[in-house]
Amino acid sequence: MSAAREPVKVLVTPVKVDYTYTPGIASEKFLLGLKQGKLLGAACDECGRVYVPPRGACPRCARPTSTFKELAHTGTVITFSIVRVPSDNIDVPLPYCVANILLDGADISLTGLIQECPLPDVRIGMRVEAVWRPQAEWGYGMANIKHFHPIDEPDVPFEKIKEIS
Amino acid sequence: MNDPTSQTGGLSAPHSLEYAYKRSLGTVLSRFFTGLRDREIVGIKTRGGRVLVPPAEYDPETGEDTSSDFVVVGPAGTVTSWCWVAKPRPHHPLDRPFAFALIQLDGADTALLHAVDPGDKSRMRTGMRVRPTWADETIGRIQDIVHFTPENSR
Repeated sequence: MSAAREPVKVLVTPVKVDYTYTPGIASEKFLLGLKQGKLLGAACDECGRVYVPPRGACPRCARPTSTFKELAHTGTVITFSIVRVPSDNIDVPLPYCVANILLDGADISLTGLIQECPLPDVRIGMRVEAVWRPQAEWGYGMANIKHFHPIDEPDVPFEKIKEIS
Repeated sequence: MNDPTSQTGGLSAPHSLEYAYKRSLGTVLSRFFTGLRDREIVGIKTRGGRVLVPPAEYDPETGEDTSSDFVVVGPAGTVTSWCWVAKPRPHHPLDRPFAFALIQLDGADTALLHAVDPGDKSRMRTGMRVRPTWADETIGRIQDIVHFTPENSR
């Protein structure tokens, strides 16, 4: 029996929604910062917590986050996952590590790849630094940061980061 | 992202949210889509003897299993209801004005939803006879039928 005569058992049914994304005031400032090689967070008017990327308001206090602050490009691994399952739209060679990283000066983590590090060595509390693409390639997005790599600093004790999400 | 310095508005960018689902068809719909691949339209008989097109695992009237008795229907049929689409959207089956229609294929007791290309809206009628136009290459999907056209037109 030729392949063409085999029964059809699977149907590909893509679901696609096309948006025009506008980031809004707070995230726009963050994206404009990325274009200039900066990581901008914003502090809550009430509690002072620094959010990155900023969304314009503090979810705890329901107050604006009006004070923008430039953050360090170093941070701490809060949690991580080793990805072993391929995805059509991600071209990072498997397996790879995705981590939530708390930038120094921020009170909430953001997501990044951990590379230049054997996967078994990735750990919560590990100190890392952003590796930027060449400036000529910078756009208005997190893709400007190629990945994070480990730096030679002592781990942050879990007790100090356990409250961070 | 568009460069904000080049326009009055802020940043904006196209963003596509897409899930490439793959659906396992099961025995009944597998037979239907295999039929389309082979350029025939397949229905299924209920225990009561009605022919459902597209075929279903269960009789919608009684909830009973269908009989696994497949029958080839059509390919021509009768429009039982329709809706004119004057300005097709990007994901519509045709890029020119057309009708979405319920088509009761010959030998079927239920109607199949598909596109009818009558050439002109004035030719659309409930009760009109239509016939499928098949894609050059059929692979086992509903788009293997490009559209239906009035039976007396070609």
